[in-house]
Amino acid sequence: MEYFIQQLINGISVGSIYALIALGYTMVYGIIKLINFAHGDVFMVGSFIGLYSAKYLANAGLPPIVVLLLSLIISMTISALLGITIERLAYKPLRKSTRIAALITAIGVSFLLEYTGVLILGPQAQGFPDIMEKKQYHLFGSSIQVESNQIMILLTTIILMLVLQYIVRYTKTGKAMRAVSFDVEAARLMGINVDRTISATFAIGSALAAAAGVIFGMTYNSVDPLMGVMPGLKAFVAAVLGGIGSIPGALVGGLLLGTVETEISSLGFSSWRDGVAFAVLILILIFKPSGLFGKNVREKV
Amino acid sequence: MKNINKKFWMGIIVALAFYGVVKVLLTTGVLSDVNQSMLLLIGVNIMLAVSLNLITGITGQFSIGHAGFMSVGAYTSAILTLDYNVPFIPAIIAGGLLAAVFGVLIGMPTLRLNGDYLAIATLGFGEIIRIIMLNTEFVGGASGLSGIPAKTTWTMLFFFTLISVVLINNFIRSTHGRACIAIRENEIAAEAMGINTTRYKIIAFTIGALFAGIAGGLSAHTFYVITPGSFNFLKSFEIIVMVVLGGLGSTAGSIVGAVFVTLLYTYLREFPEWRMIIYSIVLILMMIFRPSGLLGTTKFSFGKFGKKEAKANDAIEGSSAP
Repeated sequence: MEYFIQQLINGISVGSIYALIALGYTMVYGIIKLINFAHGDVFMVGSFIGLYSAKYLANAGLPPIVVLLLSLIISMTISALLGITIERLAYKPLRKSTRIAALITAIGVSFLLEYTGVLILGPQAQGFPDIMEKKQYHLFGSSIQVESNQIMILLTTIILMLVLQYIVRYTKTGKAMRAVSFDVEAARLMGINVDRTISATFAIGSALAAAAGVIFGMTYNSVDPLMGVMPGLKAFVAAVLGGIGSIPGALVGGLLLGTVETEISSLGFSSWRDGVAFAVLILILIFKPSGLFGKNVREKV
Repeated sequence: MKNINKKFWMGIIVALAFYGVVKVLLTTGVLSDVNQSMLLLIGVNIMLAVSLNLITGITGQFSIGHAGFMSVGAYTSAILTLDYNVPFIPAIIAGGLLAAVFGVLIGMPTLRLNGDYLAIATLGFGEIIRIIMLNTEFVGGASGLSGIPAKTTWTMLFFFTLISVVLINNFIRSTHGRACIAIRENEIAAEAMGINTTRYKIIAFTIGALFAGIAGGLSAHTFYVITPGSFNFLKSFEIIVMVVLGGLGSTAGSIVGAVFVTLLYTYLREFPEWRMIIYSIVLILMMIFRPSGLLGTTKFSFGKFGKKEAKANDAIEGSSAP
């Protein structure tokens, strides 16, 4: 039982990373119906920016908590700009073209980011500095361990999630986003600046992916230019699992997928982990294509 | 009809003449071993591109798991020749057939999905096949199979490629092919016109998988070694690049795309990062500025002989690529 709970805790911390990335997928898909394959690579870029700013700031002698917060903010800001740039250059010219064309472009952008990364940073993995000292706590005096990192990951995820909920529900941009995702043409007629809203969506999604990237680096201590591929795909699985287009769905999907994966690894099938994630995806797609929290939309003629 | 027949035989004659010239050049040693292996790779890639074009370009079902079918064919035929001493051609065909079975298996459940979801599901299937291969000791696990007899010769490859191109191309031009095109253009309208969309999607998947499997078998018997890693998402993507570059929905385009990508691949072998960067930039620019690909929806035809008919076809299909 204790072992199970221990794995559950580990699963939740992996799952929060998936959830943060999945939010970006879900928001972008909700608004322009595009699977942004490049999202996993924005996560990678965010991780590297976090790595370099953390190294630089730590050398400047700042206290760890400041280093952490500042590198998170720097990484999120630059990645948000990257997200906007990608949208403007690659996806915007394709608004009127077919879905397949947009999907192929997204795959293209993804490979462009990955191999530009390989070209600049080299293919080998780099160590991520320990920003905060890792401490271990024992829950209720039992053998269940919680690392300070895991607490921090969960805290960051929850805080970002609350900020996101606030933005989407109460701010003008958030309302515009919901309107555009509901009906682009009607939103435009009501005077909403659709282009700016889409850019905002990309900015927020990319910033969240970057945060996930920094957290990922701190958890696994190793980053490389191709690291975005698997987490990116898994996060997409999480988004579909929860119902693509739904923000709570992304959170639940991410946590669920993380937990399932960790439990499978702990049962000794770690090499089958990725296969199980995709099997889950296919099962969900076959039996409940709209996901756990998705709405069933009838096909219109 | 007469026109099509005449054109068809002209095409075969041109292709056979090409085969003869290359054969002579190979036997006289004008073309080196490097060139020969490049020719074999081009042939394999043409089969892959043409078969994916049937699924994605003609039927409009976006599939990014084509390498999965290829790996089924490659592994099956390699195991048959390695462990069971099955002759080459039956082994290749068995690989193709098993891949076709996988095509049916994948086609059936995923048919409810369309567009993006189908793409992701096929990607998932491709990855699952790869992970199964990776974890199965019988097929060599992560290190794969090696010592596969290099039995693919220029003659073998040429005739397999010719047969697959001719069969797929004739399928596209048949009533069934028209039905597939109708599904691509508008699935709901096609359904309303009485086309059994499910059936045609399965047919397209099965034929596509069959030839991908054969291509896999041929490539396994060209390069001695196969590993699960050689049939990953990247390989599927490469096949998509060929099809998209040439022009979705055009057999001739797929062939041009396959040749172009293979040449690019061979000459940029020393700079793998640049190769991927060039791939992706070409793809992005192509989608933005010429989404119909290099050849648009040009039909597979041989020069002047097909002009009249090609025009008539364009009128039927319009210029819209999926």
